[in-house]
Amino acid sequence: MPTAPNLLLSGLRLLFAAVVIAMAAGPYFLDPTEVVIVTEFLSMLVLAIMWNLLAGYADIVTVGQHAFVGVGAYAFFGFSALAGLDPYSSIPLAGLVALIIAVPAMILVFRLRTAYLAIGTWVVAEVLMLVAGKLQAWGGGSGTSLPISIVLSLGRARNDRLAVIYWLAFALAAAAMFVTYFLLRSRIGVGLTAMRDNEEGAAAIGVNITRARILCFLGTAPFLGMAGAIITMQKLRIAPPASFSITDFTVFIIFNVVIGGIGSFEGPIIGTIVYFLLREYLSELGTWNLILLGTFSIVVILIERRGLWGLFRRLLADDIVPVAHKPTQPAVVSRRLSATES
Amino acid sequence: MLELASVSRAFGGLRVIDKVDFRLEPGEIVGILGPNGAGKTTLFNMIAGVLPPSGGRIVFENRDVTAMKAWDRCRLGIGRTYQIPKPFTHMSTFENVMVAAIHGGRSSMAQAKAEAGAILARTGLARHALTPAGQLALLDTKQLELAKALAVKPRLLLLDEIAGGLTEAECDVLLGTIADVYKSGVTIVWIEHVIHALRRLVTRLAVLSGGGFIAVGAPQEVLADQRVKEAYLGT
Ligand SMILES: Nc1ncnc2c1ncn2[C@@H]1O[C@H](COP(=O)(O)OP(=O)(O)OP(=O)(O)O)[C@@H](O)[C@H]1O
Ligand SMILES: [Mg+2]
Repeated sequence: MPTAPNLLLSGLRLLFAAVVIAMAAGPYFLDPTEVVIVTEFLSMLVLAIMWNLLAGYADIVTVGQHAFVGVGAYAFFGFSALAGLDPYSSIPLAGLVALIIAVPAMILVFRLRTAYLAIGTWVVAEVLMLVAGKLQAWGGGSGTSLPISIVLSLGRARNDRLAVIYWLAFALAAAAMFVTYFLLRSRIGVGLTAMRDNEEGAAAIGVNITRARILCFLGTAPFLGMAGAIITMQKLRIAPPASFSITDFTVFIIFNVVIGGIGSFEGPIIGTIVYFLLREYLSELGTWNLILLGTFSIVVILIERRGLWGLFRRLLADDIVPVAHKPTQPAVVSRRLSATES
Repeated sequence: MLELASVSRAFGGLRVIDKVDFRLEPGEIVGILGPNGAGKTTLFNMIAGVLPPSGGRIVFENRDVTAMKAWDRCRLGIGRTYQIPKPFTHMSTFENVMVAAIHGGRSSMAQAKAEAGAILARTGLARHALTPAGQLALLDTKQLELAKALAVKPRLLLLDEIAGGLTEAECDVLLGTIADVYKSGVTIVWIEHVIHALRRLVTRLAVLSGGGFIAVGAPQEVLADQRVKEAYLGT
């Protein structure tokens, strides 16, 4: 019997699928300005998904996530512009470098908890940015542009290049969603979800908290690094403050996830959409944008800790992307049916 | 099975548990009594690995687990319920139990689902299978604590006040469940203020007061002990 909430749910699932399919074909029907904006949206989405995994599930509230974006950007420049590798293979290599840097960063940061951990991640990011500014081959403190040859290797015409970068960002965002979905459905993922709800309770039923944290920290780093590489392709240059931008790659991301709904699959997606809508329609606000988003996220968290998705979810029978496991036991189902009949 | 050797725990200057020695044999079901704030829960927290002792050793099945993490102790066979329930509020009741079966019980995903279904039926939670655990009534969250603890397939089960607030009939059902678990070979330590429930099942009683056990032994003897009457029963 299709009830109203179930109809709404089916509608949303259809809409989600339709939008994903339409986005895959984006460059065929969007104009170049729109292609650029959606590419940016997809990169931001990857960052939001990763921050949500860390802060929303593994309780690693990092404010230094821009470190790995910057490392990815600089590594990408190194492999493509300096070492002469083709830009496409430079992307996964940039992810690999981010992963390698994540290991010592993790050992340092994991000695700390809560507020100290946040400060620790920020310090690590600042140090990495300062180091990046010392790299003369990367243009030192003022940074440098991607060589024309690399830009042209992505496509002769500007629109072709924009389409290529768009599809790279689309592929990365799709991969991020796939990986997150299958992670959350996995044995480790159900443990992470339990950690999200009650860490001590999760430890008491056998969830290895430390291992789950390590996995999340190391698993998100390559995605952040690859996002940094794609952002560099789009911006066409690297520079310490821009490639390691705490505002763009961490602060806005935190606002987005908090507004959308921390600790859910849908939250970072909704938050990033809200952010782009606000930005496109309220662009004349300038720096007020940041203040507005900050205030908005505080208001949202005061009303519902789990953000807009937490509010909206009350109207629905299930998640749009169902990550939860359902009973398969016929006994459970039949008991439930008899309970509702009586 | 379990041995506490001179275990202590202080909070600030307050010595809640002071050099406690205790031996638990396999196949026992021991009841723990004691006034509020005596340190009963603190004792469980040290056995389960939530709180490190300030001194002493904890040995489980001939392994020193004093420094072992809570999740490793759980996988070794120590299951516990929380006096103040710790449900995974945004997961369904079914998933709460399933995740315990997967991690603590080391079951495969398919196995864990089957086990969770069976345990929910056993603990009277089947009709709440799809309810988010955060929406359960308090008594149901206490049943869920038991369900999660059973799902980790414990050899030693620590129960912290799960009978409080139950009606006579509900209490009988709970006693039946615990008796079944005990008969299946699980050693049990049970903290409970509901004495009439305790004495129907336990093989030994231990009374904690003033930082240590003031009486340990057969239920009738312990309840008849003059110090126990003074410290706990207030007579
Ligand atoms: N984590 C903690 N930090 C500080 N003090 C604590 C902590 N845990 C327990 N205490 C204190 O230790 C004492 C013993 O507490 P505990 O919860 O172990 O008592 P209990 O015997 O379980 O009591 P009840 O019958 O009320 O459950 C209390 O005074 C309590 O305030
Ligand atoms: Mg207690």
